[in-house]
Amino acid sequence: MGQGSNPIDPKGSVAEEQYGLILLSLGIMILVTVVVFVLYFYAIVKYRRKPGDNTIPKQVEGSHKLEIIWTVIPMILLFILAVPSVALTFSQDVDYSDDPEVIQVKATGHQFWWEFEYPDLGIYTAQDLVLPVNQRVQFELTSSDVIHSFWIPAMGGKMDTNPGMINKLYLDTPAEPGVLKGKCAEFCGESHALMDFKVIVLSEEDYNAWVEDMQTPANTTVSADVQSGEELFKQNCMSCHAIDAGSPGLGPNLKGFADREVVAGFLEMTDDNVYKWIRDPAYFKGDRVEMPGLFLEDEQYQDIAEYLKTLKLE
Amino acid sequence: MAHSVKKYRGLMDWITTVDHKKIGILYFAAGGLFFVIGGIEALLIRLQLMFPKGTFDILDGQTYNEVMTMHGTTMIFLAAMPLVFGLMNAVVPLQIGARDVAFPFLNSLGFWTFFFGGVLLNISWFTGTVPDIGWTAYAPLSGQEFSGTGSDYYAIGLQIAGIGTLVGGINFLVTIINMRAPGMSFMRMPLFTWTSFITSGIILFAFPALAVGLIYISFDRLFDANFFVTATGGNAILWEHIFWIFGHPEVYILVLPAFGAISEILPTFARKRLFGYSSMVFATALIGFLSFMVWAHHMFTVGMGDIANALFGVATMLIAIPTGIKVFNWLFTIWGGKIQFTTAMLYATSFIPTFVMGGVTGVMLAIPPADFQFHDSYFVVAHFHYVIVGGIVLSLLAAAYYWWPKMFGRMLNETLGKWSFWLFFIGFHLTFFIQHFLGLWGMPRRVFTYLPNQGWDTANFVSSIGAFFMAAGVIVILINAIISIKGPKAPADPWDGRTLEWSIASPSPEYNFKQLPLVRGLDAFWLEKMDGKKEMTPAEPLGPIHMPSPSILPFFMSLGLFIAGFGFMYRGYEFESAFMNNLFGYNIIAIFGLAITLVCMFLRSVYDDHGYHIEVEELQKEG
Repeated sequence: MGQGSNPIDPKGSVAEEQYGLILLSLGIMILVTVVVFVLYFYAIVKYRRKPGDNTIPKQVEGSHKLEIIWTVIPMILLFILAVPSVALTFSQDVDYSDDPEVIQVKATGHQFWWEFEYPDLGIYTAQDLVLPVNQRVQFELTSSDVIHSFWIPAMGGKMDTNPGMINKLYLDTPAEPGVLKGKCAEFCGESHALMDFKVIVLSEEDYNAWVEDMQTPANTTVSADVQSGEELFKQNCMSCHAIDAGSPGLGPNLKGFADREVVAGFLEMTDDNVYKWIRDPAYFKGDRVEMPGLFLEDEQYQDIAEYLKTLKLE
Repeated sequence: MAHSVKKYRGLMDWITTVDHKKIGILYFAAGGLFFVIGGIEALLIRLQLMFPKGTFDILDGQTYNEVMTMHGTTMIFLAAMPLVFGLMNAVVPLQIGARDVAFPFLNSLGFWTFFFGGVLLNISWFTGTVPDIGWTAYAPLSGQEFSGTGSDYYAIGLQIAGIGTLVGGINFLVTIINMRAPGMSFMRMPLFTWTSFITSGIILFAFPALAVGLIYISFDRLFDANFFVTATGGNAILWEHIFWIFGHPEVYILVLPAFGAISEILPTFARKRLFGYSSMVFATALIGFLSFMVWAHHMFTVGMGDIANALFGVATMLIAIPTGIKVFNWLFTIWGGKIQFTTAMLYATSFIPTFVMGGVTGVMLAIPPADFQFHDSYFVVAHFHYVIVGGIVLSLLAAAYYWWPKMFGRMLNETLGKWSFWLFFIGFHLTFFIQHFLGLWGMPRRVFTYLPNQGWDTANFVSSIGAFFMAAGVIVILINAIISIKGPKAPADPWDGRTLEWSIASPSPEYNFKQLPLVRGLDAFWLEKMDGKKEMTPAEPLGPIHMPSPSILPFFMSLGLFIAGFGFMYRGYEFESAFMNNLFGYNIIAIFGLAITLVCMFLRSVYDDHGYHIEVEELQKEG
């Protein structure tokens, strides 16, 4: 269940440690619940009033011994729970910003998409977070508008992205390559539900190749069939959307756009969906999406879509 | 002097009443109405989420967010709060042997401000700008830049409704401190009165925080202040702190009277006194105190750092101890008793395991690193519905069935009652148990849809089916309430009760106690019955009873605030007609509304109303 996006199928040490605490607390709580249930069901079965029985049971005021038992035992159980909880709270709140061994990523939440910057590599990208296997990653989280929350369930817990503030969170990547789901977990407006991203975990080798591809400037000569699309893109889109990974933009960076798993975080990457999305983003993500209407002809949108489909990494 | 006061009938009687019993019924009626509205919103939510995206989308994102926001806001502020207040009004003065609350006029004012606040909030459905920011209204989403007039409805509606709660809380504090019958020391008070007392104390400290926070939001939105606007130096996180330092105690404001009701119903139907009374009182007070120490556990993922997270985590775990004391005391109250399963008792006993399930997940959420995973997922949704529906609603329903005869003088139908119980109870667990797993499978809360094939489809479907069972249960309850108008007349003491309210007629006369009773211990009425007496020993000779006069002023004071609320909300709005623009733009409506309220306050201050007396002859005539 919950394939690839699952706190109880942890990948990476942070999620594994958190899962351990979840199991410990669940175990203690099931124990408590079972004790209560046994007493409860025994009592409601055994002490039913028989028809016609009008006797008055013994009026018991209380029992100091019992009171002490059910005060002290919960205290002990809570102590068993509190010690590892506090320990992990501290051990997982470590800042690796200055550690050269650790990959640094700045993640910024926008209504309703994610921007990822690799400051050490000079790479900006969006929607797909690409990471190598078996690596510690230090995230620097912030937001450009409202509060979002950055969550990769399989890799570990979430952290809010607050406007005007920076939050630090480190996570460890899985041992195996694969695609994990990322989500916005804090209600952020109309299309909060659609503010997903993908975490692409690559082998060391593939990751290095990806970095290199991203750092290579975009090919300036495009094939003849998409030239009109490129022209339209330059006129209408380029002021917000960069196609080189070296610079940020007001909108998502589109370097390697055609390689992405999905369009706009949730639509399948098909020609038709790219076209539909750029023609009317508000239809999919509501009026608060900042991408303006372009007032183009249908064919022109088709042309831009075809051009966008050529934005692949080498 | 007798009856120089004007007596009203019909609708005017209800609008002008200052009688705590009638105000209790008003709270029940209004709270019930809003509960049904909030329930319809819940059904829409579950219908929308019944199937994944693309199969059966009845709501778009914007509409879903509006429905979701209004469901939460309505259920907490406009359904649970008034139902709790209705119960306190109906029961507390009778339980302490008083003739009314300390400030009957304020009591009426409290109801009407709540009511007009709730109406204002719901008018947003008709103006088309519904709050869409979640019931928590986090800044900056709730600010000018990111949301529309709906957020003003939220801030101003709750501000007006909140006045009612604060006024009511103060009223009950004074009532319980000052108006107990002779002999009723604090440690002889019934537990429902105790929990109402502690709840009123929490209200006194928690609601001003909400009022201040809402003023900040309103000032940001209406007068361009910068409390939460990051770009101009405000701090968005400040709102979260203000909201939760109110919001967490709010949970206990609701749940403590629910605990109190359970602590009355279990002893009655088990025919056994409450086990560990003094530790129950102590646990209640401790929960009340701790409720102010734990607000930041709603904010573990905000980035407060390890020290704050660890402290608030451990403080939160501590609440499990007094809560555990309560649970075991309830278990040992029915242990060795003679349990009779009336509908009220079914609801009350089913509360125990259900609430425990909500409580244990609360402890799990108190672990900061684990909460990083649970936070804002369906696990949290499951947890707080177990506490609020499984804890508060189940015990409110138990209380409604229990005190209905005393409030209305009619018995509810037991067969229908049991049907309603099983439908609601099974529906509840069907809806919410599986949501724990949805959370653990990574489903975030407050999503208007989800993509198929993430392993969530079946669980969401099951959850939605449960919601229909709950709806069926509520419909049976409503039918039961309506047919009880013609139901059998209730005797004074239908359940062989233990506390003072059962020693007087059902429904109780307007003056409650002809002579104030003498209280000789805990479970005062039970003690007398065990001594072979049929009624309480009076503590005073029969004499004329002083009664407060009805008044229309609270209604108009609240109406004034309601009008002023609209004036403020639309002062910056661009209407099509210039006349409307002037009316609102120059604050004419706002000033007009406030003037109504101020004139009413002035009238109340300058005209002394000494009330009236019910003379001894009349009391004797009534028997």
